[in-house]
Amino acid sequence: MAVVNLQTLSKNEDLLTGGHRACAGCTGSNILRQIMLTAGQDTVVGGATGCMEVVTTIFPYTAWKTPFIHSAFENCAATISGAETAFRALKKRGELPVPREKINFIAFGGDGGTYDIGLQSLSGAMERGHNMLYVCYDNEAYMNTGIQRSGATPFGAHTSTAPAGKVKQGKDRHRKDLTKIMVAHNIPYVAQTTPFHWKDLQMKVRKALDVDGPAFLNILMPCTVGWGFDPALGIELSKMATECNFWPLFEVENGEYKLTYKPKADRTPIEEWLKQQVRFKHLFKPGNEHLIVEIQRWVDDEQRKLLKLCGEA
Amino acid sequence: MKQIYVGLTGNEAVATAFKQARPHVAPAFPITPQTEMMHKFADFVADGVVDTEMILVESEHSAMSAAIGAAATGARTFTATSSAGFALMWEVVYIAASLRLPICMPVVNRALSGNINIHNDHSDAMGGRDAGWIQLWCENTQEAYDHALMCWRIAEHKDVRLPVMINYDGFIISHTSESLHILPDEDAWKFVGPKDLKTGYSLLDVDHPITVGPLDLTDYYFEHKLSQIEALKRAPKYIAEVYKEFGELTGRHYSFYEEYRTDDADMIIVALGSTAGTAKDVIDAQREKGVKVGLLKIHMFRPFPAAELAKALSKAKVVGVMDKSASFGGWGGPLFNEIRSALYDLPARPKIHNWIYGLGGRDTDTKQIVSLIEQLQAIAKGREAETVNLLGVRL
Ligand SMILES: Cc1ncc(C[n+]2csc(CCOP(=O)(O)OP(=O)(O)O)c2C)c(N)n1
Ligand code: SF4
Ligand SMILES: [Mg+2]
Repeated sequence: MAVVNLQTLSKNEDLLTGGHRACAGCTGSNILRQIMLTAGQDTVVGGATGCMEVVTTIFPYTAWKTPFIHSAFENCAATISGAETAFRALKKRGELPVPREKINFIAFGGDGGTYDIGLQSLSGAMERGHNMLYVCYDNEAYMNTGIQRSGATPFGAHTSTAPAGKVKQGKDRHRKDLTKIMVAHNIPYVAQTTPFHWKDLQMKVRKALDVDGPAFLNILMPCTVGWGFDPALGIELSKMATECNFWPLFEVENGEYKLTYKPKADRTPIEEWLKQQVRFKHLFKPGNEHLIVEIQRWVDDEQRKLLKLCGEA
Repeated sequence: MKQIYVGLTGNEAVATAFKQARPHVAPAFPITPQTEMMHKFADFVADGVVDTEMILVESEHSAMSAAIGAAATGARTFTATSSAGFALMWEVVYIAASLRLPICMPVVNRALSGNINIHNDHSDAMGGRDAGWIQLWCENTQEAYDHALMCWRIAEHKDVRLPVMINYDGFIISHTSESLHILPDEDAWKFVGPKDLKTGYSLLDVDHPITVGPLDLTDYYFEHKLSQIEALKRAPKYIAEVYKEFGELTGRHYSFYEEYRTDDADMIIVALGSTAGTAKDVIDAQREKGVKVGLLKIHMFRPFPAAELAKALSKAKVVGVMDKSASFGGWGGPLFNEIRSALYDLPARPKIHNWIYGLGGRDTDTKQIVSLIEQLQAIAKGREAETVNLLGVRL
């Protein structure tokens, strides 16, 4: 069982330096730092093109104190699968540049790089059984290119490619359930978490790195620019997303679902979360009440299904 | 050195050479006519003849991406492809070269879609000619085997560090059994040698972390492109060294291009790949009749040996460049454009004409080459002719 202890964590080196160019209030760098605190120095990181790769590197600077590779947008899982395979090949022949029994391999991508363009590469890498962790940091749109709709964008959200206008009210589809898609790969560990629940996040990173084989984490990542909220509120919004069941925390270990955080029985209405964000502003216009009702219906349905899977129903 | 005389297809020969080079990692994805190469290599792995880790990826884009991740650790890495597979990996083909990763990749040349066609032409590799890879071209199974051994020495040379693409014609070379000489495994290994893993740039050196592939904007990107340009400029020197050493070892002497009966030739045909073999036969027959025609077959298309080629072609009256790919809307095929440009600074230029031929594997028989030579003869005598022509198509 993975034990997470603030005292030990606080002594670990911060492996993502400050001075990177994430927006003030971006929760992405917080997530990466939390992951790296648990992963430690013996880690090779790959980043897909997107905000987090762009803000942590710009030649001749890098925020990464561990080895880091970026090659393209849709291929981070494949790229890291190559590095992980090379590790095994070199180790077998006693040719590693520095001898190590184990190195962690972590690939990360945004929702665009994971739910959408990189899904094939991710699926392939997971199916092949590489000993790697893939982290999707889900800020619910293509932020780096200017807040376009992705397969992760929630119903009703305004984005630059599916804007709210005179006749349309933002995205007209609910997000796809990537976490369940990853569960369907029958890999040893899949989980969903947020930066507010740091203990939950660290525990899941630990477990994911400890399993023998592929692991996947989906982490909700509030984006101040794309969601439109006060930069001080990012972590708070990640908390609320869980409280209103929009982003439940659970893990699936060898196919067994488990809820890792039990929200209160009288869950926060989704409205509370929506109204904090400019991207949902139009939903509060008279005549759009049914859209909020629809989001609430979807959240409740999804939660019901999840609780059943977790044996909590 | 004692060599072994065997009968192998091009794909088998290349797989044999790669086995002898003991790569660490090989991502693979099937596409005709490259597939048998990977089948054969997988057999070697399954039998424990070589301990390469294969990554059986879900696409060519991932094949090249995984190759990038593997090569960035320092591991000796290859993949192989053809046609649509090469087109799919195009984005990452550029990235492999930009990151200066010495990946080796046979492109078993096949026509690009559409319409879909599995047969040989050069449209796949020509689409990647500006990707920053060294491109070597082979005429037959022997040459494919030899280049599949030599490529490692070139790609991994500390002053080169570039990926190498070995081109050989789909089916014509890949699937045709020919007799050839191969090196015994120990001699091949002695020639290729182990990968230098002490480059200082390994992704697995967690004690000395590096960042690979950062954002690179207006202030440095151009300088990084300069370093690629310079590396490709340096490459010929080392390619020549490797060719020389290989020649001394095996008796098979290569150079950037091969000149066949060009010494006193009024007319020189320029070609890539297996067509050169057909052309040589036709040239022999024509020479019997006193026709002064020769062939220049190019091995090294990237980097392009412009100055040397200009010199070699300067003595001809007429040059006929054969392109097995069309540059749609352009003025002539890619090889023609390079050659024509290379000749521009000569004080006295030969006439130069282009023939686009063999698209989609249209058989290029001796009759077509005879007709090309007849056209060259007429041009030599002063007859007006189109600059860009087609060969073997029903008009
Ligand atoms: C093949 C390709 N298509 C498109 C792009 C342009 N692009 C770069 S980053 C990006 C959006 C990334 O979105 P996401 O993965 O959600 O990460 P975020 O920026 O939101 O952190 C896009 C569309 C690209 N770099 N490569
Ligand atoms: S746009 Fe959003 S995700 Fe990107 S750096 Fe800014 S806050 Fe972070
Ligand atoms: Mg995003």
